[in-house]
Amino acid sequence: MEKAPYQKLRWEIVFVIISFSVVPLMILGAFIYQEFSSSATAKIQESLKTLAENRRASLDLFLEERVSQLVTLAGTHSLERLSDEDYLHKVFNIIQTRSRSYIDLGVIDEEGNHLAYVGPYYSILKGVNYKNEEWFSAVTASGVYISDVFTGFRRIPHFIIAVMVRERNKIWILRATIDSEIVENIVRAALIGKQGDAFLVNRDNILQTSPRFHGKLLEPVSCAMYREACPNFSRATGTLVEEKSMGGMERLYGVSVLQNKRWVLVIIEDPLEQLSPLFRARYLGVLIGLAGILVIVVGAFFITRAMMKELERMERKRAAADEISIQSAKMAALGKMAAGIAHEINNPLAVIGEKAGWMKDLLKMKDLGQSENFQEFADAVTKIEYHINRAKTVTHRLLGFARRMEPVSEKVSINRVLDETINFLENEARYRNIDIQTDYNPDLPAITSDSTQLQQVFLNIFNNAIDAIGKDGEILIHTSLITKTNAVAIEISDNGPGIPKEVLNKIFDPFFTTKEVGKGTGLGLSISYSIVEKLGGRMMVASQEGEGTTFTIYLPMDHEAAHIYH
Amino acid sequence: MEKFKMLVVDDETDFLETILKRIKARNIEVAGVESGYQALEALDRQDFDVIILDVKMPGLDGIETLREIKKKKPLVEVIMLTGHASVESGIQGMQLGAFDYVMKPVALDELLEKVRQAYERKLIQESKA
Repeated sequence: MEKAPYQKLRWEIVFVIISFSVVPLMILGAFIYQEFSSSATAKIQESLKTLAENRRASLDLFLEERVSQLVTLAGTHSLERLSDEDYLHKVFNIIQTRSRSYIDLGVIDEEGNHLAYVGPYYSILKGVNYKNEEWFSAVTASGVYISDVFTGFRRIPHFIIAVMVRERNKIWILRATIDSEIVENIVRAALIGKQGDAFLVNRDNILQTSPRFHGKLLEPVSCAMYREACPNFSRATGTLVEEKSMGGMERLYGVSVLQNKRWVLVIIEDPLEQLSPLFRARYLGVLIGLAGILVIVVGAFFITRAMMKELERMERKRAAADEISIQSAKMAALGKMAAGIAHEINNPLAVIGEKAGWMKDLLKMKDLGQSENFQEFADAVTKIEYHINRAKTVTHRLLGFARRMEPVSEKVSINRVLDETINFLENEARYRNIDIQTDYNPDLPAITSDSTQLQQVFLNIFNNAIDAIGKDGEILIHTSLITKTNAVAIEISDNGPGIPKEVLNKIFDPFFTTKEVGKGTGLGLSISYSIVEKLGGRMMVASQEGEGTTFTIYLPMDHEAAHIYH
Repeated sequence: MEKFKMLVVDDETDFLETILKRIKARNIEVAGVESGYQALEALDRQDFDVIILDVKMPGLDGIETLREIKKKKPLVEVIMLTGHASVESGIQGMQLGAFDYVMKPVALDELLEKVRQAYERKLIQESKA
């Protein structure tokens, strides 16, 4: 049996099993991940947009409420009434009870002078003239004004809301300072995750609230952490969500412009953070996938190995069966030939026999008795008959051989079969100065077996022993009864050179031979082994290099004929 | 002169001629033919007690001839003579009612001994009938 094609087949099967299992697994994994990833990304963007709009609406509502309060206050009171600081104080207190966002409240005439002021900075602000302030001209132009955040005189971040009132050709302004802490809080509520940020910028891209990472209040937006210029959020319109890579990091920007158009709400989040459940799933998926692949690979190897083993076993079995069938076909052909030859020789032999017999008959008649060569004739005829008999023995034995092809069940005396077999080889052994010693158990019972086939087995082993010894040696044959297993043991030992360890387990293999090319077929021991097996027995070998070899055959004592064929 | 009549059937002329001469020399009434058909014809013309029949012959072979002989004259004893290994045909012959089968070459005296035994059996069978 060749090893290489099996090895190749083995790898092919392994490869096919692995690729047919792993490829669909990987495609499925990639597909599912792709689907989840895109839907998760879409969801994250959607929720960011909702958040941005939500926060923007809160801010709008907050500013709207403040403006409404001031407009209502200004519209329902005359300048005169509100210029009364005691009254203004009362009003301020009422507003403050519901809304803590007001820092102070002031009434300013068209010249920019503070007519009345309620708040913590009375001494500083009471005398201030606002006429040259930027917001003053803005509010006179548009009626309502919301400033950017500034620190102003107070040194704390705040912004102002001013509303202008026209009263009998006179204008006056109601102005409130709003603590930007409230705005900060609304914006801060939009912070997401550890890397997320949220802030307000004005149209000049100046920060109106304190971001976590993107610069400082009242300074331009800074993206120093990414070592890159920030996108300009101040130019945005409406609400939009955008993903952008900043300094190698993915960032998701949600931008929404407030109603007053002055401020833009910016919410930044780290999509990786938001996607972390997906990444955990991916990590788990990859882990499970790798484990699956490992299982498949190991499984493929084991399955293939088992398959190959089975295949090899079957191949070996088939080879052995082939061997036996070849052998039996050979023997059958040989038998047929022997029978044919015997027949062809027997017929002329019969004619010769009859002719010789007739001559003998004639010689017995008296008239030939006087012939001077009578005795010569008589001797010749007798010799002819003797040799016809000799030839007959040969042909009849050939026919007997032909008939003995199938294993038979008969009572066999092992000791006698051994003796008969030794007789065949005695001449050869004597010529080579090999001493054949027998040590039989005389009480060995007759066993049910096939003497002809056993003879073949013994002959094989003796032949091998004689060949192994070469010249000058000893063969010892020992028979014994093993009552425990109900078997007969036959030990055949020689003191030849022994069999090397590395070939000892091959000697029963078909076509294994140590003899020169042409001298041995390598079939002898293989056939012997199968014969012994067929007869229900076992054959074993023990050998010590330099000391000799012992073959031991165990044959069952009561061997039913049926067992031979099973 | 012995009391029985023999017929030898063999396609080998040399063998047939010689064995006939030898049997006749022993004062036994014997005839010889070279094929199965001739044997059946001879059997029609006259009675025989024991027939020596070669198994392997061209034309009608020994087994077929035996079957025909037993149809015609069931009491005739037949000894099969074979140079062949076929145990099967021997056994088949016995099953078809042959007295015995003998392998060539055979010593004439042994053969005649078997013929005498066959004749004895024939006599016993006839007395029963």
